[in-house]
Amino acid sequence: MNNLLIWPVAVPLLCALLALLWPNRSTWIGVVGSGLSLLVVLLLSMRVAENGVMALALGGWSPGLGIALRADGLSVLMLLMSALVSIAVAVYASVYFSQAERKAEFWVLWLLLLTALHALFLSGDLFNVYVTLELLGLSAVVLACLGGSRASLQAALQYLMLGLLGSLAFLIGVALIYAGYGTLDMGALRDAIEAGPTAWVALCLMTGGLMIKSALFPLHFWLPPAHANAPAPVSAVLSALVVKAALYLILRLWLELFYGVVTQLAATIVGVLGAIAVIWGSWGAMRAERLKLMAAYSTVAQLGYLFLFLPLLAALPQGLERDVALGALVLLALTHGFAKSAFFLAAGVIMQRAGHDRIAELGGTARVLPVTAFTIALVGVALIGLPPSGSFLAKWQLISTVFVTGQWVWLPVIAIGTLMAGAYIFRLLGQAFSPGEGVGPSLSVGYEEVPAMLLALIATLLLGFWASVVWELVPLSAYTGGNI
Amino acid sequence: MTMSVWLPVGILLSSLIPGVLIFFQPEERHRSRTLLNLLGALVKSLLVGVLIWGVFHEQVFETRWTMAPGLEFVLHADALSVLFVSLSTLLWLVTTIYAIGYLEKTPHRSRFFGFFSLCVTATVGLALAGNLFTFVVFYELLTLATYPLIAHKGSPEALRGARIYLGYTLFGGLLLMIGAVWLHTLTGGVEFVEGGILDQYVDLDQDTLRWIFLLLIMGLGVKAALVPLHGWLPQAMVAPAPVSALLHAVAVVKAGAFGIVRVIYDVYGVEFAAELGVLTLLAVVAAITIIYGSLKALTQDHLKKRLAYSTVSQVSYIVLGAAILGPVATIGGLVHLVHQGVMKITLFFAAGNYAEALGIHRVNEMDGVGRRMPGTTLAFSIGALGMIGIPPVAGFISKWYLGLGAVEAGVAAWVLPVLIASSLLNAAYFLPILYRAWFKSPVAPWPEDKSSGCARELPDLLLWPPVVTAALSLLIGLFAAAPYSPLEWVELIAGREYRQ
Repeated sequence: MNNLLIWPVAVPLLCALLALLWPNRSTWIGVVGSGLSLLVVLLLSMRVAENGVMALALGGWSPGLGIALRADGLSVLMLLMSALVSIAVAVYASVYFSQAERKAEFWVLWLLLLTALHALFLSGDLFNVYVTLELLGLSAVVLACLGGSRASLQAALQYLMLGLLGSLAFLIGVALIYAGYGTLDMGALRDAIEAGPTAWVALCLMTGGLMIKSALFPLHFWLPPAHANAPAPVSAVLSALVVKAALYLILRLWLELFYGVVTQLAATIVGVLGAIAVIWGSWGAMRAERLKLMAAYSTVAQLGYLFLFLPLLAALPQGLERDVALGALVLLALTHGFAKSAFFLAAGVIMQRAGHDRIAELGGTARVLPVTAFTIALVGVALIGLPPSGSFLAKWQLISTVFVTGQWVWLPVIAIGTLMAGAYIFRLLGQAFSPGEGVGPSLSVGYEEVPAMLLALIATLLLGFWASVVWELVPLSAYTGGNI
Repeated sequence: MTMSVWLPVGILLSSLIPGVLIFFQPEERHRSRTLLNLLGALVKSLLVGVLIWGVFHEQVFETRWTMAPGLEFVLHADALSVLFVSLSTLLWLVTTIYAIGYLEKTPHRSRFFGFFSLCVTATVGLALAGNLFTFVVFYELLTLATYPLIAHKGSPEALRGARIYLGYTLFGGLLLMIGAVWLHTLTGGVEFVEGGILDQYVDLDQDTLRWIFLLLIMGLGVKAALVPLHGWLPQAMVAPAPVSALLHAVAVVKAGAFGIVRVIYDVYGVEFAAELGVLTLLAVVAAITIIYGSLKALTQDHLKKRLAYSTVSQVSYIVLGAAILGPVATIGGLVHLVHQGVMKITLFFAAGNYAEALGIHRVNEMDGVGRRMPGTTLAFSIGALGMIGIPPVAGFISKWYLGLGAVEAGVAAWVLPVLIASSLLNAAYFLPILYRAWFKSPVAPWPEDKSSGCARELPDLLLWPPVVTAALSLLIGLFAAAPYSPLEWVELIAGREYRQ
């Protein structure tokens, strides 16, 4: 029954077609499509958790020619995050876009984006990865333009150009691999790739392309305007999911396919960039005057933490300690995904209610929108890395790995980044809890506040107390054990 | 035994569930909110009663939950936990009653009582934490739960005080976490065991252990308001009176002091810590804090600020007792954990009453207040005399044992002068207040006399809590040798810590 692997891709794709055919019903199709995707992803996850890695060669072609789909622990966790975030965002978007003229376009693109994401997480072949990456980038850019303002168009244009550049670099890398090793199947490449100029150049190009897409310093500058100016539901998926797709690929390449090629020096360089991103992004968030801009800069910082793990992972031999560190990385990425999408949805609620998101004028939010203020507080807990959020556990393991590997240099970065996160989160909360009329009169509690709160609760409670699942799933890899 | 697993969880849930429910109560549902609060406090008291009985008979109460590889969430009750759990439970009940009276007809009460319950949940969690990881979790949760309470009024000063508090405590929490992770990687897990665990790891580098001790104590010292990490405490007194009372008596400063006791006794082991030579430094810092806090208190005219600096000074008695090797000093330090709590909460209740009834915020406005508010002033006087260490109030017992312990440990030469100087300073800043209150007659009308024409000095809900806690601080001093008194219980703890 490995056919289950097709459904997380097929369901949103079919729904996209349906939404194209019936634009009047697009909202329903979008929400139901996201819900069904979640259902099949849950089924798939349970199967993988029980039976281990799953693989499927589409159309009966042998791997290397046809479309190979594979699901292991890491892909399943990413799929779960993407499916859970997208159902919450879809419910919110059904309210957010209920009056908009272009809602049919939104839903078609939304479902295409979901298709691309899920296909990317399941692809077992580098060319397919390239195709899904391109589809993901294009649908994300068009979604980012939906705001229609001049600023959002400019930001989206920049996003498009850099995204294309990134994909191009990735494609050249893929071509080099094909020329060098004669296959693009990731399982076969895992054994074939060995240190040499081809591997190094290909890795550099592919990583460079992905670094643009995951907004690693100094290639981060497109992210804050693009994410801050998009409509709130779109910002949520851009920040929570789309950048994570690029990160997911970097993990696949660095930790699995190119495991024998990556040197400690290369990993340290990436780590240094991550460290600068932590400080730079947090600084940007501290200075940001608008809520969504703060959230976007905070994404730059949080992604930086994820890259800090690479030099630590490179220094650890295969084994339990490495699995623990890798699990912490994935847990941090998941927590950030849920927390950041909740942040953007909460910002959307405030923006629709107040008509602006200037932080200095947000006094009275806690009185008028208590649920949203509570959501932002929960998000803050997760972004700072306080208990009981998943990121607290991840940070604990990160610091632990720092001590185990003796790479002390990262410790001040983690410490300063944490304090800076505390500074920008509590600047915001202080405003939200202070008296004022910035948000306007109290209206009835709309259910658009609920999806954000649920996402924030997943980040702060579920991923804190039930994080063991992550550490159980992550070691199930399709590409390290050589069992495929 | 399922009860041994569920009892610690039940004690946490008995304030967590009411807290969460209270958040959803509409503002005007005064009675259901009060019912939830009191029901929670009642259930908690019953459960704690069972816990005291069980721990006394050496039963094991433990809950474990794996949160990550190598990281377990452990709730475990030993004699030291029981001491702190009982103190928090009792004072929470009294403070809740006081707060219901104090905050009547003010806005955002559901939010206040919700966070109030979360704050107590975090404190009780600290008391029941069975390993360093769980302790760190609750230590950070306490920071989160108290921030909204300090910021409650929403005024610029309140927000500023809360921001300063947060800056200090986040920094402290970070240091504590780094120290805890470091120790964790060296030992593979740090459970709290009576007598300590680190003397078993003979191959660990002693300098590393000293650095870790420094990190842990600095992290905890922020909340325990050790000089020079005390700066947040005088700023945090902008909070409403019940919050200040809880903050100074049980929740925050005590969490820090309790953590220091845990680290010295149940992680390092007091004898091993003395071998490392880290205790002397800590005792000196505690002594400096005691004197510095008293000197600063002397110069404050604002009543709550004077009390705040007095807390800085008094909490370090606990640290001093913990840092002197020997069971008698341990007893003196630990029993002060309870005694200081009961006396200081009395003083803050009384200060809240003066502000509430007559608008008195400053010491020089207190002339003749004793005749106007005799109940409150009597309670205040008992608390103040106890702080000075006058028998038979509880504070005397603490100072007596601390002095004896210093003699026993052979450090009397410098500890006794510190204790005497501090008592003299305490007298110097408390006695003038008592003199003004009882013997001077009012020169000017009170700043805001709200109760003119009323026969009684205050509503019952405000008057009785300080009277009850003042009576309590007399009783635990008078009957210090009775079974289940704080002193007896602390002797039990000291016996278990020095068992080897």
